[in-house]
Amino acid sequence: MDRELKREIIMEHYMHPKNRKRASDDYEKVNTANSSCIDNIDIYIKFDNNVIKDITFEGEACAISISSTSIMIKNLIGKTKEEALEYINEFEKMVEGQEYNVDLLKEGNVYDDIYKQGNRKTCATLPYRGLKKAIMDN
Amino acid sequence: MNREDFPLLKQDIIYFDNSATSLKPKVVIDAINDYYTNYPANAHRGDYDLSYKVDQAYENTRELVKEFINARYLEEIVFTSGTTQGLNMIVKGFFKEYLEEDDEVLITKAEHASNVLPWFKLVEDLNIKVNYIPLDSNYYLTMDNLKKVVNEHTKVISIAGITNVIGDERPIKEICEYAHQHNIFVVLDAAQMAPHKKIDVQDLDVDFLAFSAHKMLGPTGVGVLYGKKELLEHLIPLEFGGGMNESFDNPNEVYLKPLPLRLEAGTQNIAGVIGFGAAIKYLNNIGLDKIHNHELMLRKYLIDKLLKIKHIDIINLESDSGIVAFNVNKVFSQDVAYYLNKYNICVRAGNHCAKILKNAVGVTNTVRVSLYFYNTTEEIDSLVELLSNYDKILSEMV
Repeated sequence: MDRELKREIIMEHYMHPKNRKRASDDYEKVNTANSSCIDNIDIYIKFDNNVIKDITFEGEACAISISSTSIMIKNLIGKTKEEALEYINEFEKMVEGQEYNVDLLKEGNVYDDIYKQGNRKTCATLPYRGLKKAIMDN
Repeated sequence: MNREDFPLLKQDIIYFDNSATSLKPKVVIDAINDYYTNYPANAHRGDYDLSYKVDQAYENTRELVKEFINARYLEEIVFTSGTTQGLNMIVKGFFKEYLEEDDEVLITKAEHASNVLPWFKLVEDLNIKVNYIPLDSNYYLTMDNLKKVVNEHTKVISIAGITNVIGDERPIKEICEYAHQHNIFVVLDAAQMAPHKKIDVQDLDVDFLAFSAHKMLGPTGVGVLYGKKELLEHLIPLEFGGGMNESFDNPNEVYLKPLPLRLEAGTQNIAGVIGFGAAIKYLNNIGLDKIHNHELMLRKYLIDKLLKIKHIDIINLESDSGIVAFNVNKVFSQDVAYYLNKYNICVRAGNHCAKILKNAVGVTNTVRVSLYFYNTTEEIDSLVELLSNYDKILSEMV
């Protein structure tokens, strides 16, 4: 993907993130934070048996974390838990600079060169660590 | 000034995170290398020349620290691993024994975690209370505000000499005078003060004080706990072991060494203490007044330039040190730091370990530039040029 296009997608999701709002009490809530920096967000997930019906979030974080959360929400609503875990798995591979399923990640590919910036890897994976925990706990 | 003494400055890096830790001059690095290379023996142990040399070097630093803060007695200088350990020793070794239920400790919302959490632990352990001295509109601590919250339960005032986000200097001498009139102890977190301002513990009349070597050109893992001798005598060691006991036979017959060794159990960070000695000598040679004046000049230079940039909001317009906290309009502080990092400029983003300050300031996170004497106006020009272009920040922060 073109570098400028990636930047535009990231900034669009940062400035206008999807579902940045607190959810009602019937959502699962999980906090996810980076210990080495100040990113700190709460993710709210509504499960319908095995399916992720909805995800919202609130909190403060950097442009990479916020945009990554927004892209995650856009891509994973409506997915089953297994599909979401597969997506997360491929995302993690990308962030570590390994071979991964490019087609599966869609807009998530905007972070395909973040493995070169060690200190921003945890920003991109921040929401996924939270969602993964929520899926495992649910 | 003195940039040629700092090996890191030969690289293309602008270092503006001096409140976190300072750079190290070659004389400090050499002193540490010299110990490990030429006389790497233990202290206070051997009957041979190498160990004697270690003793001399180690104790020489204690002398230097004593003079540096003008302590009355050598026994009042205890080496620690840093400010955090020093404050924990003061709180757990002295005040945990001294305070009782319902006693009050006064701190402020601008304190570093190291001067908050040990007291919070005493709240849990002893059911004491921690109250906050209100800060004024510039986030300063004033005598008037202090007097408003002191009451008959107040037993301790524990505050930073200079804070690490706002950089304001507290009226410590006045506070100590007032506190002592009311039988209140004063604990000073001097981590941000010792590197920049002359401290005279006798003139201030502070009861306890702690600071770190690494923020003042010294190595990491070394710090100083100072306490008035008559108080330190009552500080119970948190660690027992080698080097701190005189003799022992059974649990009822344990005799501890006199101060300060009683409070330095186990093999200490000898190389660090020796390196710290080199750092103090180096600072003395330049002179803290000269250092402080240079920092204030740099700060004014930076503030004047930042004030002209309309998308920058300065948090601490008023300050007595080289700390400038600010935000770029609608840009998360960490993104600003990442942007500057692309140009090899090191600044800190975040809450700077003062997590309750956000309640007072209303801003959770900031970008912090903290200056030291080796910074220059040219470095500030580079920073300001990068910050002045808002579109560039937005396009390069990700």
